[in-house]
Amino acid sequence: MSETPALELRHISKRFGSVIANHDVSMSVRKGEILSVLGENGSGKTTLMNMIAGIYYPDDGQILINGSEVVIRSPKDAYEHKIGMIHQHFKLVEVFTATENIVLGLRDKGRIDLKKAAENIREISGKYGFDIDPDKKIYQMSVSEKQTVEIIKVLYRGADILILDEPTAVLTPQETQKLFAVLRRMRDDGKAIIIITHKLHEVLSLSDRVSVLRKGEHIATVVTAETSESALTEMMVGKKISLNINRSEPKNLTERLMVKNINCSSREGVKLLDNVSFTARSGEILGIAGIAGSGQRELLESIAGLQHLDSGEILYLDPKTGKEENLRDKTPLQIREMGVRLSFVPEDRLGMGLVGNMDIADNMMLRSYRRGKSIFLEKKQPRTLAEEIIKQLEVVTPGVSTPVRRLSGGNVQKVLVGREIASSPSVLMAAYPVRGLDINSSYLIYKLLNEQKENGVAVIFVGEDLDVLLELCDRIMVIGSGKITGIVDARGATKEEIGLLMTKTEGGEMYA
Amino acid sequence: MPNPTPAKREPLFHIVKRDALPLWKSILVRVVAILLALLVSAIVVVFVTDLNPLDVYKSMFDGAFGTSRKIWSTLQNTAILLCISLAVTPAFKMRFWNIGAEGQVMVGCLGTAACMILIGDKVPSPVLMLIMVVVSIACGTLWGVLPAIFKAYWNTNETLFTLMMNYVAIQLVSFFCTVWENPKGSATIGMINMSSKAGWFPSLFGQKYLLNILIVLVLTVGMYIYLKYNKHGYEIAVVGESQNTARYVGMNVKKIIIRTMALSGAICGVAGLLLVAGTDHTLTTSSAGGMGFTAIMVSWLAKFNPLLMILTSFLIVFLERGAGEIATDFRLNESIADILTGIILFFIIGCEFFVNYQIVFTKKRKEAAADA
Amino acid sequence: MLETLALVIQRAVVQGIPLLYGSTGEIITEKSGNLNLGIPGIMYVGGISGVIGAFFYERSTENPSSVLLVLIPLLASLLGSGLMALIYSFLTITLRANQNVTGLTLTIFGTGFGNFFGGSMAQLFGEGGSIALTKTSLAFQTSLPFAEKLGAVGTIFFSYGFLAYLAIIIALVASYVLKKTRVGLQLRAVGENPATADAAGINVTRYKYAATIIGGAIAGLGGLYFVMDYTSGVWTNGGFGDRGWLAIALVIFALWKPNVSILGSILFGGLYVIYLFIPNLARSTQELFKMLPYVVTIIVLIVVSMRKKREYQPPEHLGLSYFREER
Repeated sequence: MSETPALELRHISKRFGSVIANHDVSMSVRKGEILSVLGENGSGKTTLMNMIAGIYYPDDGQILINGSEVVIRSPKDAYEHKIGMIHQHFKLVEVFTATENIVLGLRDKGRIDLKKAAENIREISGKYGFDIDPDKKIYQMSVSEKQTVEIIKVLYRGADILILDEPTAVLTPQETQKLFAVLRRMRDDGKAIIIITHKLHEVLSLSDRVSVLRKGEHIATVVTAETSESALTEMMVGKKISLNINRSEPKNLTERLMVKNINCSSREGVKLLDNVSFTARSGEILGIAGIAGSGQRELLESIAGLQHLDSGEILYLDPKTGKEENLRDKTPLQIREMGVRLSFVPEDRLGMGLVGNMDIADNMMLRSYRRGKSIFLEKKQPRTLAEEIIKQLEVVTPGVSTPVRRLSGGNVQKVLVGREIASSPSVLMAAYPVRGLDINSSYLIYKLLNEQKENGVAVIFVGEDLDVLLELCDRIMVIGSGKITGIVDARGATKEEIGLLMTKTEGGEMYA
Repeated sequence: MPNPTPAKREPLFHIVKRDALPLWKSILVRVVAILLALLVSAIVVVFVTDLNPLDVYKSMFDGAFGTSRKIWSTLQNTAILLCISLAVTPAFKMRFWNIGAEGQVMVGCLGTAACMILIGDKVPSPVLMLIMVVVSIACGTLWGVLPAIFKAYWNTNETLFTLMMNYVAIQLVSFFCTVWENPKGSATIGMINMSSKAGWFPSLFGQKYLLNILIVLVLTVGMYIYLKYNKHGYEIAVVGESQNTARYVGMNVKKIIIRTMALSGAICGVAGLLLVAGTDHTLTTSSAGGMGFTAIMVSWLAKFNPLLMILTSFLIVFLERGAGEIATDFRLNESIADILTGIILFFIIGCEFFVNYQIVFTKKRKEAAADA
Repeated sequence: MLETLALVIQRAVVQGIPLLYGSTGEIITEKSGNLNLGIPGIMYVGGISGVIGAFFYERSTENPSSVLLVLIPLLASLLGSGLMALIYSFLTITLRANQNVTGLTLTIFGTGFGNFFGGSMAQLFGEGGSIALTKTSLAFQTSLPFAEKLGAVGTIFFSYGFLAYLAIIIALVASYVLKKTRVGLQLRAVGENPATADAAGINVTRYKYAATIIGGAIAGLGGLYFVMDYTSGVWTNGGFGDRGWLAIALVIFALWKPNVSILGSILFGGLYVIYLFIPNLARSTQELFKMLPYVVTIIVLIVVSMRKKREYQPPEHLGLSYFREER
């Protein structure tokens, strides 16, 4: 295959402020080929693809289409070059039919002919084997149908180069198989297809070639048939880097939280948690590793009383009385009233953990404002606490009365973690607590979590950086597609081992 | 191509949300807006009347403060408007668009009038007062809670619901005005208990409006404390900012919505009580006189701060009374007041943009992005 | 009996026409995501602008031509209410002001504007008394000549001035445009999900401006019909009453569909006047009857929100301003 590639990237770089998203990336995709772009969270896959789709503009480098250089400034430019991208978050009008969404924004002359459009859609569907009713409203559709609409939208605009950003993240295994069949047919029709993923078995079963990204850089591009799962994993996670996090040996391990066979599913009926069982012990940090969106959020939220469970039990062992309490389907308030000291640092810091427009002192009250019989708020204590946190955690802020919205990401997180720790929890859950934080702030968070562990708190840490998980945690539980795929001792495990567990999902074609 | 050419279609400027404007600057923006508004109003008045604008302003001032009777009347109007503004404030803080204050006040008026008419002469005065207070509050609460329940459980659009409730209330009042009409055939009630004065608020120190004003002052301070220092006030603020956060810390969002609207309606009921028992001593379909809508502006202009509302409600009443005076002095229609109020509100509403957003010209854009 | 029924229907239609204009205008506006609570004010301005136009034209000539008698007030009305909607658009779309506050202010301003000029124009321009635009009104009231000969049928279908038919035509056209055309599709997309519309290359700002101004101008015609046809060219202060709010109620009742709104307006008009035709009704009970349109609207609002059928919900982004960089 010596023909000119349909799309070629040469030395693409992109920075956001001081963060390098992509550095000197070159890769290409040919007509009639499926290229997988593989990489961990934050490896720069989506940013790279967004530059092709006209969402971002590269700082440096060239994009070539059929051998000639092009400038893509907007999604419209991308369409003109016959590039279409299917984003993870669908851009659809819910009360419109599939057809109406597909023709939206097209500038054909004259009256809109929805019948003809629907016919064209049926034709495209027939050609590639989509299963879609053009007259169905989006809100009546399953996630997979919505995705189909997005794909047809792109094809309808005549795209020859399709980019799919983690298309299988929201699909059931059956739907995934269907999608793959469609993608193969499109490949055979001569389309160039790029699929972003971090599921190894998908890469192996679907694509012709794989490009691996790590930390914004292009590591290698290999022919799928000539590679193996372990080789890809190694390229994806890289060699172990030592972070020198001080980790103490766990002491006085006692069972604190026992999760037994919990299940929950989304409104569309997709399983979010599939028979999850584990035990969190006081005096240790239990890490949870997994590809983003594998059920980590649902797991933590069901423990915190924010997620309704289909079945299963969550048992809390009171360290003082030794009594067992079932937390299932209790509201956060009921959990608190039962005397369970549960702290939770959610992923969405400003949308859930804190109120952006309130100042630091008022945010301190979120957890404690009910305390006391008085109908009035105790304002002094939160203020003192705010001042303490600002001092101890070195929060950079003009003062206690600055709205937290105006603090930088790292400082927002210090405020949130500081508050959650201040209530002297017996269980502390933290979801991606160092995401977007600079190195110093990250180390401070590690230190705080370690201190909690030494104080006998059961710490649950959901993370994405495997190096961090390996050095910070005592045990690492790996979750994939809502299932626990393994629990390993962090002191003995390797990155490859965890990487393999992360990408292991149900379905026949797995070997691990 | 090491340096990509900057996009050609880059707009000349773009708009970004401001972090925070220093206090003096944000006050300056608003003062400039009010001055501009006064200028435009003056032009309008001069255009329709050919008068010297200074005479017009003098006339406005006289209308509000010309005599001690006028001063008391201005204060009284301010008090009632302030009371209704206080009522809508907790709902707005919770991002619940209660534009049904008009109706909630009307049913408060209706409840009060009903007590005065039906049992005014049958029970001793203190008991009557007590019953009037309870009934007016209950009526207002009912009118406020109804949309809240549907909002909390079925997410029924509260703006439209409360809006419709206004007219149900007005027609209800209209119905009772005919039922209790006096004299027969007039379809109006006239002064209630004219001779016995049963259920009329007493004069304090010879001032018949003083009690109203004092009650509203107490309510203002109370509302300020409630919103700022009370646990409920805190919950209202959290629910208004983010229902997600409220759930995360275990607040019962439904309960808070309903409770807050009950409070909102209850205070509207009090406003109705003050209007009928403390001011008009009668009931008409225009007892609330559109103040339920004006109160929304008052509350919004004051950024939902009850103490600032004293100022903003006063500003609006001053405008209305001043413009009313112009109308009488120069034999114009009194609707000129609404026109002037409208113009000034337009400017104040518009100027908020310059407080909250800034316009960044393209040249500076790169630096701005780097800061972010 | 038939004659009475015909009369009821005729009265209902006459009452319903201003509501139909208002609700068609408001539906178009709301479809773009703008909840314009200034519609009652706009309708006042639409009425008074027509009055002003007619007033000056009638004064300027001895023998007015009937074409101009219609055209001048019509254009003046469209201009006046369009300008009102422009104020609303500028404040809410460009300056991103709160829609509720802006709309209510517009209503205060518009009502004041109407009543001020209506009440004092004659005096301002040196003619005492109130305004009665007989000639203009006659031109507006001209109905089809054979209406009277057709008995009940004529009364029900042909006894109205041209603005009544125009209201129905506009509602039907609006319905068609919203449902069937590209412009309608894109407008609905803007009101439902401006971010998606924006990503699809639709100019959100332009659509919002256009829909709000056209909607406002249409609503204003309701005011014009009221003063020129219904009250025969006589302006009474506050005479228009709460019809503006009733028009907004009708939007909900019609589930944001202009063609449903045609029947809805007649029904609302009927509910508004039905007490006149029920014998032996106490005057007080009449007032309760006037409550019916609002009660019905509340019930529709509740039922629709409980059933949660997506097609019947208000546009998803109604009442919110769109700011591309706020994600």
